[in-house]
Amino acid sequence: MSLINIDEMTQRFGGLQAVSKFDMELQGGELVGLIGPNGAGKTTIFNLVSGFYQPSEGSITFAGKDTRGLKPHQVTAMGVARTFQNIRLWHDMSVLDNIRIAQHYRLGYSVFDSFLRTKRYRKGEERIDSIAWEMLEAMDLKEFAHELPSNLPYGLQRRVEIARAMSTKPKLLLLDEPAAGLNSADVEGLITLVRWIHDNFDITIWMIEHQMKVVMSLCQYIKCIDFGATIAEGTPEQIQNDPTVIKAYLGDDNI
Amino acid sequence: MEALFQNIINALQWGSFYALIALGYTLVYGVLLLINFAHGDIFMVGAYIAFGVSVFVLGTQGLGLPNWAILACGVPLTMILTAGVGVTLERIAYRPLRRKGAHRLYVVITALMCGLILENGNLALLGASRKKFPELMEKAVWTFGNVSVTNLKVIVIVAAFATFAFLNFIVTRTRIGMAMRAVSYDKFAIPLMGIPVDSVIVFTFVLGSGFAGLAGMLFAMSYPILEPYMGALIGWKAFIAAVVGGIGDIRGAFVGGFLLGFIEILVVAFFPSTFRDLIAFSILLLILWIKPTGLFGVARHQKI
Amino acid sequence: MQKYAINIAFFVGCLLIVLAAQFGMVDLYVQSVIMFMGINIILSSSLNIVNGYMGEFSCGHAAFMCVGAYVSSVVTVVLFAQNKIFGAPILPPDMAVLFMPLAILIGGLVSAVVGILVAVPSFKTRGDYLAIITIAVNYMVISGIENLEIIGGSRGFMGMKQVVYAMSDVVNIPWMMIWTILGTVFTIWIIRRFVSSTYGKGISAICQDEIAAEIMSVNTNKMKLVAFMLSSGLAGIAGGLFAHVIGYVNPQSFNILKSTECLVMVYLGGMGSLSGSVLSAVLFTLLLEALRPLQIVKWVIIPLILVLLMQFRPEGILGNKELGDVFPRLKRYCRFK
Repeated sequence: MSLINIDEMTQRFGGLQAVSKFDMELQGGELVGLIGPNGAGKTTIFNLVSGFYQPSEGSITFAGKDTRGLKPHQVTAMGVARTFQNIRLWHDMSVLDNIRIAQHYRLGYSVFDSFLRTKRYRKGEERIDSIAWEMLEAMDLKEFAHELPSNLPYGLQRRVEIARAMSTKPKLLLLDEPAAGLNSADVEGLITLVRWIHDNFDITIWMIEHQMKVVMSLCQYIKCIDFGATIAEGTPEQIQNDPTVIKAYLGDDNI
Repeated sequence: MEALFQNIINALQWGSFYALIALGYTLVYGVLLLINFAHGDIFMVGAYIAFGVSVFVLGTQGLGLPNWAILACGVPLTMILTAGVGVTLERIAYRPLRRKGAHRLYVVITALMCGLILENGNLALLGASRKKFPELMEKAVWTFGNVSVTNLKVIVIVAAFATFAFLNFIVTRTRIGMAMRAVSYDKFAIPLMGIPVDSVIVFTFVLGSGFAGLAGMLFAMSYPILEPYMGALIGWKAFIAAVVGGIGDIRGAFVGGFLLGFIEILVVAFFPSTFRDLIAFSILLLILWIKPTGLFGVARHQKI
Repeated sequence: MQKYAINIAFFVGCLLIVLAAQFGMVDLYVQSVIMFMGINIILSSSLNIVNGYMGEFSCGHAAFMCVGAYVSSVVTVVLFAQNKIFGAPILPPDMAVLFMPLAILIGGLVSAVVGILVAVPSFKTRGDYLAIITIAVNYMVISGIENLEIIGGSRGFMGMKQVVYAMSDVVNIPWMMIWTILGTVFTIWIIRRFVSSTYGKGISAICQDEIAAEIMSVNTNKMKLVAFMLSSGLAGIAGGLFAHVIGYVNPQSFNILKSTECLVMVYLGGMGSLSGSVLSAVLFTLLLEALRPLQIVKWVIIPLILVLLMQFRPEGILGNKELGDVFPRLKRYCRFK
């Protein structure tokens, strides 16, 4: 059974066809890329996969289950986590709290347990606490646990966001332009981090990225879209030499 | 049938007041995204200014002008003075907060407090005794069958429509209107484009409060008893009307105001009058439930 | 021992207040001010859940107070008091002593259910549209009760004094004072536990970034429902206490002005600060009483003070910090979980 199977997914906004007949099948364990010029519909695809939009047509099957009609938090609970193009951390809460709250779906206690501080409450809090610290440790963020994200440099905020997504224990991690706004040293760090995550966790990573260095060095397989439609797919080498991709990015020769 | 026509005319008049006040709410909201909760009280102050102007300045205890002259000078004078009140509020209460970048809700609370100050300050200054507004216009009643229309009703309705047309023209067709719409889109980029944001905001307050003054004067002429709390309830209701129409949109405020007027008059026609608020608000809630952005509102697309 | 210094001081303080009331060392006026303080603390801290922690703008808090007040009053009066419409008491009035907190809790539960009226629209809309819905609900509740002749309509509803006297007949201690203090402590305790649990922090996540919260597995609709119901339920408890302290309720005591008072207390204390809400409720009650001789001018001066406060300290007394964050030393003397 494949991990995720997207079949002829189409999304329209009014008259605009943002995504048309997008197909994708991942078996699990891959590290794939999604590229395309600005406004091609890449983030829309992520929004559809994470349940934020409902596809106008076509289907998304995650781990054998149709995700249409599910709310984003339900999709996340099934094992899809994502980061955002422009960092969306909860800026007035500590890094630790950010990571704890992201485990909301498996707290395992109800509101009354939180009033009465029952055994279930203590167990739940202990469990997510230990997972949160494990994640901070693994992501090398331990010393910033009690900082507010807004006080951290941009590169670290990215890492916190990835850690927050990882703490939902996803099977599929969607990274939306993780290298956007990072300097070259941070980009090197990011490449190492993503590779490390991919090697050390049982996880599939699907990333949108503009920086070719990141995509080409990380991804095993790349899909390129323009105006919502897939224009090329293949290994990094194939994509780099594909004339339609070059045309989409750089325009025609005969301008 | 005749009862229906009579009700429609009454509803048009009643809705005109809501529409005039709702226009002020929506103008300020459209530009500043600020619920100016003091607006209902500015309307009340407008009515009192109209009273002061037409009694103590132009009327019997002032210059002693004839009624037509009081009307001719009183309307613009009231509008200007009320606009002054609105601009004063903006200058001393809202602008400093905006400059400090305070949370939007704190500005709203300040507006709420300013409303209370106006209401109770008036009560403290002028006492609780109700003021009787002088009759400035000889009442003419035209009857068609059993339907009677007074000249005042016609004037109120015409004034509401004219105000709508005027404001719509300003907002959609003039340079300052374009600036107002621009400010509501992006407050940070606009100063960089060379548009003086503060002047635009002051102009917005002038328009909104000026027409609240007009509404106050017309209201005082139609229901000639003034009291300090008259603005509170009608202000809240007009605000609700503006939201149901789709706040930030001139057409929405206008339609919402009349809608509320119609609902209220029709409810009173068929139910005991004590049910007016209950049924009117239930209907408005239902509309918001079905269309959460109001009749004319457009949902802002959320980008991630 | 030192760890609990403030807790113990608080407990002793409450005990002293009750004793002073019992032996007539403070007059009824001071007693009622203390009770209103407690009620205001419940109101402001419960509204703070929605307006502060969740960042919504609910302006109709008095509506829930109204529901709670009427429901608990009707329950106690029907059960324990002679009433023109409902007739003789169903249970012996002595039992009121045992039943009182239950009646107030029932009021709270019913107003929590009414809170759904506001919570469900909040799924689709937020900010100013939600503000208007809460205002409309406030008007609807008042108008609805004014049209219910069986509970007195716009004339109001009374008879709760009889119930309070019935309690005093059993054991003569200041019952309402005790219930008010217990209600206040209960409220703060519940809110504190809610907002400090990871579950409750979900509402702060909604406040700061709703989309991120939803995508990071927070069930935002459910959290909103819980927050609104908790907030309105506690307001209902405040209403129940209020009705029994005054002994008489009138729909107009719960109008928009009352809601405005609640808003003022929340923003005065600081959004998302529980200790700020408590502090501002105490200050606000004292201010109201101190300025009472000025009569109507009071309602000019209080808003004026607030407008000035907003100019100089726009984030409220404590901002979004707790007292323990501002004075870290306090933490040494207080354990509060």
